[in-house]
Amino acid sequence: MSNDLFTIVEQPIAINELIDKVTRPEAGAITTFIGTVREWTKGKRTVFLQYQAYVPMAIKMFEQIGKEIDEIWPNTKVAISHRIGRLEISDVAVAIAVSSPHREAAYQANQYAIERIKQMVPIWKKEHWENGETWIGDQLEQISYQK
Amino acid sequence: MKVLLFAHLQEQLGVSELELNWESQTVESFKKSFQHTYPIAQLDNVMVAINEAFALEQDLIQKDDTVAFIPPVSGG
Repeated sequence: MSNDLFTIVEQPIAINELIDKVTRPEAGAITTFIGTVREWTKGKRTVFLQYQAYVPMAIKMFEQIGKEIDEIWPNTKVAISHRIGRLEISDVAVAIAVSSPHREAAYQANQYAIERIKQMVPIWKKEHWENGETWIGDQLEQISYQK
Repeated sequence: MKVLLFAHLQEQLGVSELELNWESQTVESFKKSFQHTYPIAQLDNVMVAINEAFALEQDLIQKDDTVAFIPPVSGG
């Protein structure tokens, strides 16, 4: 795994390595968020997912989120890894690690990071249901784009 | 200009990338021209990125830019 704080990977995310990237002596807290593939969404069963990314832009957006976090919560350190390709139920799709001197900033910054990812990072999820497939077009999962 | 397509747009057109020899123009005009030229259902909620940065409707696309259509994202 690379030493970069922000990565898009095609292999399983190594969460301990992500945590290592933000571990530092001045930190007294590290929070992690792990987003996994859910089997059931509103009564519909997912068989597997496919993620696609505009990789260079997605990395730039991760870096921008890192800068925003640094402005709101100074002295935090953030690492984000998102997986693309085919993911099965319970696979880790995204992992975020944030370290800070005290726990409050690490919790808040971590939640901020996942919300921003869902708003603006160019990554798309295609749901493969038991009876069809759809690209998901927004984070409320109410709009989808038919093939 | 190079045009990048993702998600359902990529499937609708059957390609992930196009090379267009179009004149430089605004994002707004580019989206209209693109919709007239290619069999795309709609681009209403689709953002445009120029050289890996989100662009506004009035921003200018130059001939050697990379333009990406960014449908509403669904990562995480």
